[in-house]
Amino acid sequence: MVEQTPLLSLLIWLPIIGGAALLLMRSADWARWAALGVSVAVFLLSLFLWTGFEGGTAAMQFVERVPWVESFDIDYHLGVDGISMPLMILTTFTTVLVVIAGWDVIRYKPAAYYAAFLIMEGVMLGVFAALDAILFYMFFEATLIPMFLIIGIWGGPARVYATIKFFIYTFLGSVMMLVALIYLGYQAGSFVITDLHDLELPLASQVLVFLAFLIAFAVKVPMWPVHTWLPDAHVEAPTGGSVILAALMLKIGGYGFLRFSLPIVPEASAQLDWLLIGLSLVAIVYVGLVAMVQDDMKKLIAYSSIAHMGFVTLGYFIIFRVVASQAEPEAGAMLALTGGAVQMISHGFVSAALFLCVGVLYDRLHSRRIDAYGGVAHRMPVFAGFFVLFAMANAGLPGTSGFVGEFMVILGSFQAGFWYAAIAGLTLILGAAYTLWMIKRVVYGEVANEEVAALADVNGRERLVLGALAVAVIGLGVWPGPLIDVMAPSLEQLFESATA
Amino acid sequence: MTEMPAFSLAVPEIWLLSMACVVLVVDLFFPGREHAPAFYLSQLTLVGAGWLALDAHWGMDEVTFSGTYIADSLSGLLKASVAGLAFVVFGYARDYLRQFDLLQSEFFLIGLFAVLGMFVMASAHNMLSLYLGLELLSLSLYTLVAYDRDSWRGSEAAMKYFVLGALSSGMMLYGMSMIYGASGSLDLAEIAAAAAAPDQGGVLMAFGLVFVFVGVAFKFGAVPFHMWIPDVYQGASTPSALFVATAPKVAAIALFIRLMEGGLGNLFSHWQDMAIILAVASLVVGNLMALVQTNIKRLLGYSAISHIGFLFVGFAAGSPEGYAAVTFYAITYAITTAAAFGVVMLLSRRGFEAESIDDMRGLMQRHGGFAVVMIIVMFSLTGIPPTVGFYAKWLVLQAAINAGLVWLAVVAVFAAVVGAFYYLRILKAVCFDSPDEQTPALQATASMRVLLAVNGAVVLAAGIFPDTLVAACRAAFGLA
Repeated sequence: MVEQTPLLSLLIWLPIIGGAALLLMRSADWARWAALGVSVAVFLLSLFLWTGFEGGTAAMQFVERVPWVESFDIDYHLGVDGISMPLMILTTFTTVLVVIAGWDVIRYKPAAYYAAFLIMEGVMLGVFAALDAILFYMFFEATLIPMFLIIGIWGGPARVYATIKFFIYTFLGSVMMLVALIYLGYQAGSFVITDLHDLELPLASQVLVFLAFLIAFAVKVPMWPVHTWLPDAHVEAPTGGSVILAALMLKIGGYGFLRFSLPIVPEASAQLDWLLIGLSLVAIVYVGLVAMVQDDMKKLIAYSSIAHMGFVTLGYFIIFRVVASQAEPEAGAMLALTGGAVQMISHGFVSAALFLCVGVLYDRLHSRRIDAYGGVAHRMPVFAGFFVLFAMANAGLPGTSGFVGEFMVILGSFQAGFWYAAIAGLTLILGAAYTLWMIKRVVYGEVANEEVAALADVNGRERLVLGALAVAVIGLGVWPGPLIDVMAPSLEQLFESATA
Repeated sequence: MTEMPAFSLAVPEIWLLSMACVVLVVDLFFPGREHAPAFYLSQLTLVGAGWLALDAHWGMDEVTFSGTYIADSLSGLLKASVAGLAFVVFGYARDYLRQFDLLQSEFFLIGLFAVLGMFVMASAHNMLSLYLGLELLSLSLYTLVAYDRDSWRGSEAAMKYFVLGALSSGMMLYGMSMIYGASGSLDLAEIAAAAAAPDQGGVLMAFGLVFVFVGVAFKFGAVPFHMWIPDVYQGASTPSALFVATAPKVAAIALFIRLMEGGLGNLFSHWQDMAIILAVASLVVGNLMALVQTNIKRLLGYSAISHIGFLFVGFAAGSPEGYAAVTFYAITYAITTAAAFGVVMLLSRRGFEAESIDDMRGLMQRHGGFAVVMIIVMFSLTGIPPTVGFYAKWLVLQAAINAGLVWLAVVAVFAAVVGAFYYLRILKAVCFDSPDEQTPALQATASMRVLLAVNGAVVLAAGIFPDTLVAACRAAFGLA
């Protein structure tokens, strides 16, 4: 079906080829503008995904399929459904912001910096669009290369430790998935992901496959206790790297659960849901408490990311409990599942915004420590407004995107049992506590020292970036309907195949 | 047995041998500037030999020369790969040899004879011709390792290599004699028939199998028969180490497949366990030892051992699929390693051998293009897509899993994760560290630039479009 424009291929390869071309550019200015041009073009192109998307069906759309490794019937097979399409747009949107945010901040080899981010974008889009398991794995692993370099080259003082830790952790997780994928491909006689969905395996092998996927995706999400690479990576990464990590890379884990774990090994998922629910609740509560005691802003937001991603996994796996405890489970389970999916998008915006806010401060004062600041609002009122807004969204204030997903997951959890919801609901207290306490110490109060007193408010470029994110956060918060409608058919189908 | 042998099938060997003699004579009378005629003639010889091998052998399946010589797709593929790799090695070697005042035509000549040995091995259909090819290769390699005769380390490495190599050859010969005793023939097809008999050739055959297997493992350098590899890699001058590290690995595939699959394939159930033990030991020891190396050549040696472990995972699968995967692995591994050594040679200059990982520091700032090549190569050795190393690992793992060896596949991927660490350490030096201040600017000749760029591009492109080579490797084993 290549007669129409191969939109997905265009989206994937335009940034990759554009990024490679940037490497050849000598002039930093040219590289900046070229990177901006490519990323904006990709973003605009990705909007066609939204406008051309056919609602009301769970079928794959914009499908492209070309034979690739014919010896093994592996196809270059792309397509999107309601789950992946919003994630792709999130990717293209975030990349534009990252390019703008790095504009005059990155001094060392800017062309290579932008090239890495553009290649990263293309590879991420490939992850979300791949419909062939091996193709998916190729993109999944390929994300490691640009990220490894981004953290290692443009990162902070302990960048080498952080980036190698990041790489080894995620590589360890994903090789287990490779073994599982090869095993599944052998059983199904095909590597097409939808064919793998139809596979009916005995429970014993399902459990092993499930665990292999779990290692891969749990490291990516990341779930407690394999989360320790994330705070290090976030702290050391340049602002853009943190944004991509939090807003996009973590989503690969959540996406993997939806695309692989739940539909391919549903019985094992149902059998081991206690494990996932337990780890998610630990992430929400324990990691929330850990976030409270951080004195480094980036670390605090990193831990808060882990806690928020706990909601995503909780929403995905609580559905089995809902099914077990309700006569009519569909509504409650869909609420939780949709909540998890919405939370992924929302967390993409909110965490990106928070990291960019910290980046704004860091660019001025070169410190991420909370106690280096105080009374920023006096000197940077516009910035303070943005920062407080995003902090509120992080705490789940109604009217912001952070509220929608969390609230849906908590409501869905209620259907599974009071205590699930009660523990998950603790996040409303914890999230507010650690976020607002940070805000209080950084933004409000007396001007802490002379350096803060000399701060200049956000410039036009920063306003543009933060403003765009503010629109997204509030827009998704007050009007999540379109997003939920797009996701609904795919998630319903997923629900049915997972609980059939 | 008085029929005329089919000389047309052996054209690649005939061409190689004749041209090697021509090169010898030409260099004697026309040394030219820096032995240029000998060099270019050698390269021409290799190109011709590779092309002739593919042309004469691909799609054939014929045994001739009284059953000592086989021409099939596998021999065509392996010979073409060996010739291609030797071509690349010679290309890299020339600049380095010139810088170190070692440029003599002997390097290329001995190399050509080594290639001839590998060609004979690839087409062996008789234990005698197999052994003949192997010894021709081994003797040439001993000489190459000792090529820099003023270097005591090179001499020491050559001595070690020679003693251990002779030992392993002796073992293999001893095993072959037992197999001959059990089967009454040196012809691999007749040995296979004897092994298929109900008693499988009896105890004598089993003993012969073990000795031959140990000999083969020695030639590969699989743990616990690996001791020579790090010393040779480190001690030999870099071009010689590069030669040892690339083409012979592909030829070793021929050795294994002709002997173990062609001759003793019916005893697979006996040697599978040995292959598994060698695989696990090589993966574990190779990767762990590589972790603590600071000398990059030695590190590449231990890394080679771990990759040999991967090869034995494929052998342990014992299926045509596994052999095809292993062939693909060896060829692509050799191409990738060639580029890694190429960068090491690039960083060396007159009077200074780049040996430590620290010597790679700041390559990215010194020359971005070579750093990109190094990034591609290291990720390929790690097995990260979209480089070709991922595909090699994937094929081997798939063969192992399809053969029911899921646990072995799991061991292999864990070993790969350990391996990632030391490749990343090299990348750390290349990309994240700053160069030492007194480091002079990089000087690379045009041929070096082109070779490295093309080599890196091939590693990447073969990963994105692996199908041609995968299909060729599978076709060599009769798979669609």
